[in-house]
Parts: sequence; C-alpha cells; structure tokens
Amino acid sequence: MSDPDKTVSEGYLRIVNVTKTFGELVAVNDFSLDIQEGEFVCLLGPSGCGKTTLLRIIAGLEEQNAGELFQGGEDISRLPPHQRDFGIVFQSYALFPNLSATQNIAYGLETRKLPKKQIAGRVAELLKLMGLPDVGHKYPSQLSGGQQQRIALARALAPSPGLMLLDEPLSALDARVRVSLRLEIKHLQKQLGITTILVTHDQEEALVMADRIVVMNAGHIEQVGIPEQIYRSPATPFVADFVGVMNFLPGLAGPEPDGVRCGSFKLHCAEPHNLPADNKVSLAVRPEDVRVGDAATRGNNVVPGHIDEVEFLGSFYRLTIHLEGLEDARLVAEVSINRMRDLEIDVGSTLPVRLPPDLMRIYPSEMMGGMS
Amino acid sequence: MTTTDLPVKTATVTKGFQRQRVRQKLSAEDILQRSLLVLLAAWLFVFLIWPLYRSLTRSMFDKAGEEFVGIANYIKYFSTASTSVSLRHSFNIAITSMVITVVLAFIFAYAITRTTIRGRSFLSAIARLPMFVPSLAQALVFIYVFGNNGIFTRATGINIGLYGPVGIVMSEVFYAFPHALIILVAALSMADARLYEAAQSLRASATRIFFTVTLPSVRYGLMSAAFVVFTLAMTDFGAPKVVGGNYDVLATDIYNKVVGQQDFAMGATISTLLLIPTMVAFVLDRIVQRRQLAQVTADITPLGPKRHSPLTQFALFSFCVLVAVFIISTYGVVLVGAFTRYWPYDLSFTTQHFTRFYVAGAHHRGGSFIILWNSIKMATIATIAGTSIVFSSAYLIEKTRRLNWARSILYLLSITPLAVPGMVLGLSYIFLFNDPANPFNFLYGTMSIMAISTIFHYYTVPFLTATTALKQMDPEFEYIGESLKAPFYRTFMRVIVPVALPAIISIAMYFFLNALVTISALVFLFVPGKEVASLAVMLLDDAGESAQAMALSLLIFVTGLASRGIFHLMTRGVEARTQAWTHR
Repeated sequence: MSDPDKTVSEGYLRIVNVTKTFGELVAVNDFSLDIQEGEFVCLLGPSGCGKTTLLRIIAGLEEQNAGELFQGGEDISRLPPHQRDFGIVFQSYALFPNLSATQNIAYGLETRKLPKKQIAGRVAELLKLMGLPDVGHKYPSQLSGGQQQRIALARALAPSPGLMLLDEPLSALDARVRVSLRLEIKHLQKQLGITTILVTHDQEEALVMADRIVVMNAGHIEQVGIPEQIYRSPATPFVADFVGVMNFLPGLAGPEPDGVRCGSFKLHCAEPHNLPADNKVSLAVRPEDVRVGDAATRGNNVVPGHIDEVEFLGSFYRLTIHLEGLEDARLVAEVSINRMRDLEIDVGSTLPVRLPPDLMRIYPSEMMGGMS
Repeated sequence: MTTTDLPVKTATVTKGFQRQRVRQKLSAEDILQRSLLVLLAAWLFVFLIWPLYRSLTRSMFDKAGEEFVGIANYIKYFSTASTSVSLRHSFNIAITSMVITVVLAFIFAYAITRTTIRGRSFLSAIARLPMFVPSLAQALVFIYVFGNNGIFTRATGINIGLYGPVGIVMSEVFYAFPHALIILVAALSMADARLYEAAQSLRASATRIFFTVTLPSVRYGLMSAAFVVFTLAMTDFGAPKVVGGNYDVLATDIYNKVVGQQDFAMGATISTLLLIPTMVAFVLDRIVQRRQLAQVTADITPLGPKRHSPLTQFALFSFCVLVAVFIISTYGVVLVGAFTRYWPYDLSFTTQHFTRFYVAGAHHRGGSFIILWNSIKMATIATIAGTSIVFSSAYLIEKTRRLNWARSILYLLSITPLAVPGMVLGLSYIFLFNDPANPFNFLYGTMSIMAISTIFHYYTVPFLTATTALKQMDPEFEYIGESLKAPFYRTFMRVIVPVALPAIISIAMYFFLNALVTISALVFLFVPGKEVASLAVMLLDDAGESAQAMALSLLIFVTGLASRGIFHLMTRGVEARTQAWTHR
C-alpha cells in the first residue's frame, strides 16, 4: 500500500504529473487531473495532442516516463494492464471475429471462472441492456457497425469494471448511427454510474456526451470545464478556435479597462480585461453571436459592415463581412433563414453590425502564439 | 469547422524525462512471456548461431582441427587451380540459370496473368509440379533422355554433351522455374489498371506500354525472382551431383572434401565461400522486397487478363504448351523408368524396383516403401515441430509488448536461415552435434536432428508468412484480452490461432513438401538405416541403380501430390468453418 497522504480520496481516478515522450516528441507533458466517481470525462483535442497516449497510459498499455496514477485510492502507476480495473472500447471495435456476440461478451467472464449459468445470465442481461437481445448467436461480420460497437461495449462492461475507457469509439460509424449511439452511451453511463473517459477529436461529441471536457493541445491541458463553459468561455484562443467556430479580430487594449480599439472603432466588453493600454489583443466572437441589420442598432458596439459574400447553408445563411477601417480582417456571421427574410442583404451592401459586449472575449496577442 | 488548419504547438520538456521510465511490475504472465523469448533465443542459438560459428572457426584450423591457421585454408583454396575452379563454376551455373529461368518464367507468368489464352489455370498447375520432386530426379530424367545412352541421343545420334554445365543448367532451370514463376505471377497480378488506362488514353503503342508501364511495375518482382533463382542454382547439390560429371561446383566440392577426403577444414572453408554470395543475394532481396512493399498502395484497381493480338496470343500459348509438355514428359519418363526392367536395353514391365531394394549396401525389407516411410516420419516431425515453433515465435516476436530490442534481434535471426545454404547448415551440424563433448551430441544420428535441420533450412518463408498473417490482425485483440484479464496464451489459443488457421495450414504444407524433397542438409546427417527417400535417390544413383532411383522419385512425387491434396482439403474445411464469420 502507498503513502496514505497521497491516496486521500480527492478523486476516483487521479492522474498526477504524467509525462510521456517518444524520442524527441513529448506526447504528454506534465499532465494532472482528478476524475470523480461516476463522472463522464472527455479528452478532446486535435490528432497528435496526446489524448490517446494518455488513455493508453491509464490502461497500462504504455509506460509513462514520469508521474503517478491512483484509482480508488490505490497506486496503479506500476501495474500491468491485466492487474488494473478497467474496460476498454476501441474505434476498430476489435471484436474477436471467430467468436459469436455471446462468446465475445462472455470472454472476460470465463477467465473469472464463473459458473456457466451465471455467465449466460450476465450475457443475456447485457444484450438486453444494449437493445440487442436477439443477436447473441451472430458473428461480428454479420452485425452492422453500430451493433458491433454495442457488443464491444457490452464485452467491456461484462466484468463490471470500475473504469470505462473509450478510444474514439464512434469515429468509424456513419453520421446517423454516431448521433444516436452517443446519446445511448451517455444514458447507459448515467444508468450504470460507471466512471468513464472518452477520447475524441469531435467537439460536438464531447459537448453532447461529457460531464466535463478536458481540451488538450501538444500534450498539456488547455482548459477543463463543463461543456457550456468550454463553449461560452474558452480560456484560450486555441480552445475558442478548436471548439466551435470563432472570429478573431485584431485590436489594441484600452484606454478604459474594458475598452478595445478595433480599426477606427471603440468597442466595449462586459468584463474588464485589465490589460495595459495599447497592448495588442485579439477580439473573439462567435458567428452566431454577431447581430446584423436594423435590430442590431439598439445598444452599443455597433459598427458598419460591408457584405463580401453570402452562402446558403440550409437552415441559415453565412455572411462574410469586413468592417470599415479593418479591411484585412474577415468577420463571419450566421443569420437564420427567418431573419434573412426580414433583411435585405446583397453582396456589396452595407449594414449595421453589432458585437454584443457580453458575448465577446478579449485575448492578449501573446496568447495567440502559434495560432493562424 | 476549422479544426484542420490548427497548428499543433511543439512542446519542450526537460531532456531528463526521455531516459527515465516508470517501469511496470513484472507479473507472472510477463515472466512466462520472457521465459518463452529466452527459450526461443536458445533454440535459435543452439541450432543456428552455434553450428555456423563452429563451421566458421573450423575453416581457420588445420586439417586435424588442432592448430589455428588463420586464413591459410582460404589462401590454399584460391592458390590451387584445380580447387578454386569450383567457385567460378558455381557462379557460371548460377548466373546462366538465373537469366534463362527468369526470362522463361516471365513469359510464362505474363501469358497466364495478362492474356486470355485457354487453360491458364491448368498450365499454371503443371508449371508448379517440379516443386514436388528432388532436384536430382529431373537430372536423372535428363540422363535417361539426353545422356550417352539416352533415348534422344540414340534416336537422333545427337549428343548434347549433357554431363557438365549443360545438364546442370537444364536441371536448375527446371527446378527453379516454379519458384520464379510464383514471384512473377504475384508481381504481374499487382499491376494497377489505371496506369494502363492512362497510357492508352495517351495513345501509347502496345510495345511502348510494355516497356514503359509493364516492365517498370514488375522490376522488383524480376529482381526478387533473379535472387531466388541465383541462390537455388548456386546452392543446389542434387543436380550437379548426378549430372555434373567432372564439372565441380561449390556444393559438390564441399561434399567431396568432407565425405570423400575427410578434409573437414577445407569443407568448412568452401562452405564459408558458398555462404558469402547467398548472404549478399539475401540482403539485396530484402532491400528489393521492402521497396516493392512501399510501391504497393492500398487502393489499386487490379488489372485483369486482356485479349492480345491473335499472333501474340498464339505465340504465348504455344510457348506455355511447350513448357507444359516438357514438364509432363519429364514425369512421364520417371513413370516409365520406374516400371521398366533395364532402360534402355530391356523395356519390359516390372514392379521389382519398388520391392527389391539395396541402398548403402544393405537390403531393406519392404523395399522402397520402408524408405518412403522414413521420409514421411521425418517430414511429419519437421512439419509439426516446425509449424508450432515458427508460428508461436512469430507471435512472441510480433505481438508482445516491451523488450523491443530483444524482439528485433530475434526477428533478424529468424529471417537469416534463408541465406544459409543447406550444405552449409548440414556440415555445420556435423561440427557441433558429432562432437562427443557437446551436450547435444545425443541428437546425432537421430531422425530429430534431420528434422531440425530441415526446419532451419526452410525456416524463413514460413516465419514471414506467419508474421504477415499476424500483422493483418487487429493489434487491439491483445489489449482487449488483457483488459478482460485473459492470459495472453488464452487469447492466442482462442482467437489468434483460429483466425490464422489458413496461414498455419499453408506453413505446414510448405514444411511437409520441402521435407520430402530436400537432400542438401541431410547428406551429412543421415546414418545407415535412417535414410530418407530423397537421399536414397542419390545413393541409388551413386550405386548405378537408376531404375530404383526412378521408382523412389515416383513415390516421392505421388506422396507430395497426395499430401498437397490433403492440405487442400484441410484448407477447404477450415474455409467452410470460417465462412460463417468472414462473410455476411
């Protein structure tokens, strides 16, 4: 047993200062996170950000260079995978092709030397839970992608592990199945109360499924928060750009603590940024938050905008606008099809554009390092 | 969404971390895996590295094996005109056979893969027949037909001067033809139809397309085939022994020095000389094959057979038929020779060559069948042991985690046997296992050592087959097994072996068929009473009992075909069983 001071129950799974390098490449850089029992956490980030490596370290499939892992108060840093307590589902399903669905699900139960009757009962229960009570006799190749992934999930759940690891489990499925399965998995997770870590590069998936999202970049955490926080208040330009779509406009801070000079305009934001005057900044606003047309004239932060392009995208239009005095920057606005009917918009026309102070974020330009 | 054009920051971290690692505790399973790797290393050491080392050092001692003489033996070999000639002869034979075989096999392969001539699958089946008999059997046939008293020579009065390079090259071409054919058929079938469509849309002529598209796309296949034929012809012992006359090549030279003159030092010296060109060919072939793999992209549009001009079709068809007729008549001669009392003087029918049987001066009750039974026993041991060891070791090397350095060394050792000629392997086994001071001396003169030498002689191809089959499997099977707390050997038996069964059966067939026909490693290892059929063919020919040699060759041929049929049925059975989980 480890030092009791280290194993205080701060979280069911504690990741402490984990670092992993592959030669010169730092895949995971001094990563720490506490995950509560029953929580659904998403590791979100672009490919190569280290999220899959971190998952493999949690599973014991990779050895970290430094750092510790605690699960349920026990130090698991040095345990081989089969001595840890987790179930895992991969993108490829990795169902054993020569075993039927039933045999696949029973695989982990048989190694536990349970009585046959109990195994059969558990398998039937899981098949029912997955909504696939009748496919037990079928081989994986006879099942659809969505069915295969449900069986893979059932196989991982069968021995009732304390922790569920999902490595891009939905990426191989087609869009429609993906949307329905992600809700199913979320409900199942809540129903079973099993602590779950999902790795994904799909921000929508993370927003829909997670209790908490961990946005990763280059091996470290950019931001941890509930989905609304991540979307509404991205802590860094990276998060702002990776999750959803974000407009970035160049500007200068000041002179007031909540003021920004953008081209020839003076804008205000709801929260003071407290940056020294004339500090270069980026002003970030989401396309759906940009107000366009006469209705936008109420309130402050209204500037004239020229329409450069109008794209029809079904339920909404996307407008590409440039602001007077800011010829190099493009502002994208999304306008619903209903609003569009009330507005008379054409390429080349000029309209009032409002950037709502409470929906704007200011990042000092130092944070933009490495951003495009 | 704009996720794709996001720059990924490159993090920097203190260098110190790169070296340290949080090591996982060793579990019982890890210890078992490591023990198996150690066992595998020991197996490769005792039966491959150690004997070769002994052979290499033996070449640096004097004839009695007592005094270290450095490279004196090599100097002696090259400075004696009468001996150093064998090296030149070997190169002459290998290069001539290589050129002829690759050209013939390429034309044949082109005809059966790219044109619409009739009977393509039948022709390709016939072309593979020479793999079922020892290389010296065709040499025997050539003596029956083209020898001084051969039927062709007597009928036409033309003596082609068979004994010597002519006969050896003829036999090597015949023997190596199917090996080259298989490689070239594979290369020609991998062509990308889109290249041809592009060339045609640019109005290139058929000839131009052949030289600008067809040939470049199979260049690696051609090189690979050339290396294989070169190595086979360079190292073959059977044909030069039977039909070589006074034309000494390295393989027969080793045999004469060791068996004839008991000069082990010179035998070891020559065998080292034989090892060098085959090693070079082996390394070049590995490089070429890696290039070829890189050339194959996942999404090619395969090019099917296409009708050529009537003249081309006819010319190619005639060529293929000619080759097929030549092969079939060769076996026809074996069949006739086996049942003929005294070729070519007394052509009456007899079965006595199967029942009356003298080999190495001793009479064997049961005739040739007892010898054939020895072969089947040896081949069965080699097949069962070889298949299990090769597949398990490929699994251990390919699919276990950690100890990467050890696994890559074992991989390298597992593919080197291809570079070791059978003669060299067999001789090195004598040096090691005939030494009474050696703890493994008890193996000398047993069926087991013959089987083990056969396993190592044919180790590499099955090993690569197994590795390829394992690579095609989802790497996550093992992880899933571990997460479900199933020991690795359970996942191996329950999932890996059943899924790889078709590959396992083809490995077993490869071992069995080769074990039936091989002689080169075995000429040094057999003891009276333990002769296998392929060896006995050679001994009978030595004793002038050509008809009995023919009879025995026929038995080997029939056994090979029959076992091939059995393996085919096994594959069919496995496919029927796996149909359920491979198709919808």
